[in-house]
Amino acid sequence: MGAELGIYKSCVSARSTDKEILKASQDGGIVTQLFGFALDEGIIEGAIVAVSKDFYKKYPEKCMACYADDTKEPFRPIPAIITTKAELMESRGTKYNISPNVSLIKEATRSFGLDKVGIVGTPCQMQAIRKGQLYPIGLRDVGDKIALAVGIFCMENFPYQSILQLVEDHAAMSMDSVRKMEIGKGKFWVYGKRGQVVQLPLKVTHKYEQPGCHVCLDYVANLGDISTGSVGSPDGWSTVFVRSKIGDSVWGKAMAAGCFETQPIEKVKPGLELVSKLANEKISKNKKTLEERATFGVGKALRNPYI
Amino acid sequence: MAPQKPADVAAKVETTKKEVKPVVDKITVGHVHMSGCTGCLVSLADNYGGLLTILDKYADLVYGLTLADVRHIQKMDVALVEGSVCINDKLSVQEIKETREKAAVVVAVGGCACYGNITRFGRGGQQNQPAHESYLPIGDLIKVDVYIPGCAPTPQQIRNVCVMAYLLLKGTKEQKDLATAYLKPLMMAAQRGTTACFCDLMTEVINQGLCMGCGSCAAACPVRAITHEYGKPQGQRDLCIKCGACYNQCPRSWFSFDVVSSYEAINEAIMAALQ
Ligand SMILES: Cc1cc2nc3c(=O)[nH]c(=O)nc-3n(C[C@H](O)[C@H](O)[C@H](O)COP(=O)(O)OP(=O)(O)OC[C@H]3O[C@@H](n4cnc5c(N)ncnc54)[C@H](O)[C@@H]3O)c2cc1C
Ligand code: SF4
Ligand code: SF4
Ligand code: SF4
Repeated sequence: MGAELGIYKSCVSARSTDKEILKASQDGGIVTQLFGFALDEGIIEGAIVAVSKDFYKKYPEKCMACYADDTKEPFRPIPAIITTKAELMESRGTKYNISPNVSLIKEATRSFGLDKVGIVGTPCQMQAIRKGQLYPIGLRDVGDKIALAVGIFCMENFPYQSILQLVEDHAAMSMDSVRKMEIGKGKFWVYGKRGQVVQLPLKVTHKYEQPGCHVCLDYVANLGDISTGSVGSPDGWSTVFVRSKIGDSVWGKAMAAGCFETQPIEKVKPGLELVSKLANEKISKNKKTLEERATFGVGKALRNPYI
Repeated sequence: MAPQKPADVAAKVETTKKEVKPVVDKITVGHVHMSGCTGCLVSLADNYGGLLTILDKYADLVYGLTLADVRHIQKMDVALVEGSVCINDKLSVQEIKETREKAAVVVAVGGCACYGNITRFGRGGQQNQPAHESYLPIGDLIKVDVYIPGCAPTPQQIRNVCVMAYLLLKGTKEQKDLATAYLKPLMMAAQRGTTACFCDLMTEVINQGLCMGCGSCAAACPVRAITHEYGKPQGQRDLCIKCGACYNQCPRSWFSFDVVSSYEAINEAIMAALQ
């Protein structure tokens, strides 16, 4: 196990000690618990998260909704800035389609006037904010206000219409009847509100993936202050990498405050070996895509963003 | 800054000369003002204490309208050029050429110098030079080494380039390597071209199958021309002022793992340099 897991100071399997959080969190409620703690402690004054239409109905002024559809469709993530615990609780759970969370990073420091901003995002979104800190081309006075960046593991993401097709056409459920979606154990799971569960093999989902994901070389959010995902830990638990100085400090304080119960990552099944295996699979598959792009046409390459 | 009488300036020069511990290894920097709104210069100044540290420890300002009492472009290590060049104005054309001759490194600071930006929309007819109507980014007239896009470019981006330019010219081997790696994408941007638009995201990112919907472009746009629909950027192209911030902020326009992965150490080094 090496570079594919990024640099980290510590790694554990963890879950929130707050039963309320766990009721609707995707996995161990790590993201919500961290932001909740950081809000309480004044480490952040607000956080950029992905919410859904119910949140929009209550707090439209906190959302970045540009088009009418944004606010109507179930499981359509809407980037939003939460500043209270109540708002935070409504952001729990993964929405498996694109939420441009970074689009709010400047606005958080402007209209919302936040000096200490939290943000959750996929590995590519962590790359975006670190590029933005080092090369703040259009992000004046933003970089040093990013107080806690929580990365979530990510194998791929989907356009909203792909999710529609997967749920409605393949799984034959209506979007409104879905309680939760999940990718795990080699399957795409759709859990209905009435208790029904449909699973699709991942080979069905591949063609629906966002193309931009096929050049992505990061699985476990190497550039988050803390990054987390379900893979590697038992059901209901999360794998957590503590990476930066900020991450280390926040994690230490949250642990001391009793926010999390943890198990050594070496003791849990399937453990880091699986994380490492999936990370390597993703990276080598996408490196191959980049190679293929180099000879895509006849003497013509597709662009490679990496320099 | 109020214009200074020659006597005041002479007095200042006297005091500088009396510095007990002169810093010998400073680089020389000039601010060359072409057709720009002075927003870039204000951004540079908005580094406040950081700017003073830069001028104190790393750079001597040898040329700059209202800032340094010299009329003509001086020999300098780094020229920070703000604004595009009005090709109907002989003096501007002459000055930009002179800048290239006299500066080791030419940095285009801001959207106008890099891409024309808002000056692309100039149509002339303004008093008292109604015939001044044609504006070109400096890269259409001279070779440019480094781009700092954005309207206005951010104080932090200008600061980072200044610190890196110093390390490149005066640093240890290790510092030179870091500065080279850091500046490389901004040098590549200078080679890439002199036009910018929201359309760059369409042609170079989305059409190329690279967009992943992070939202950086919308955050970077100074005129809020970009929103996202179903996670992908939509530009109101009539609002776009052609500054190049969106494209250059996008992690899928260019991205250096070497540099960005060391973000923590580099940020710390820059902050330490400004202490
Ligand atoms: C597209 C996608 C793919 C993923 N793939 C994997 C994977 O392959 N392996 C793995 O282990 N984990 C994956 N995850 C992460 C996993 O699903 C959980 O989000 C993560 O474990 C956090 O769970 P939690 O209980 O700690 O978070 P919670 O406390 O439930 O909070 C989840 C947080 O994620 C935010 N969020 C939800 N949807 C999005 C989105 N689309 N974009 C950005 N932020 C969002 C919410 O706003 C909320 O703050 C993926 C997540 C996404 C969004
Ligand atoms: S696979 Fe990569 S590019 Fe796609 S959403 Fe996940 S982190 Fe972003
Ligand atoms: S910054 Fe680039 S990758 Fe991110 S949403 Fe905009 S175009 Fe897509
Ligand atoms: S869309 Fe906005 S950021 Fe992009 S070039 Fe136009 S004005 Fe600049």
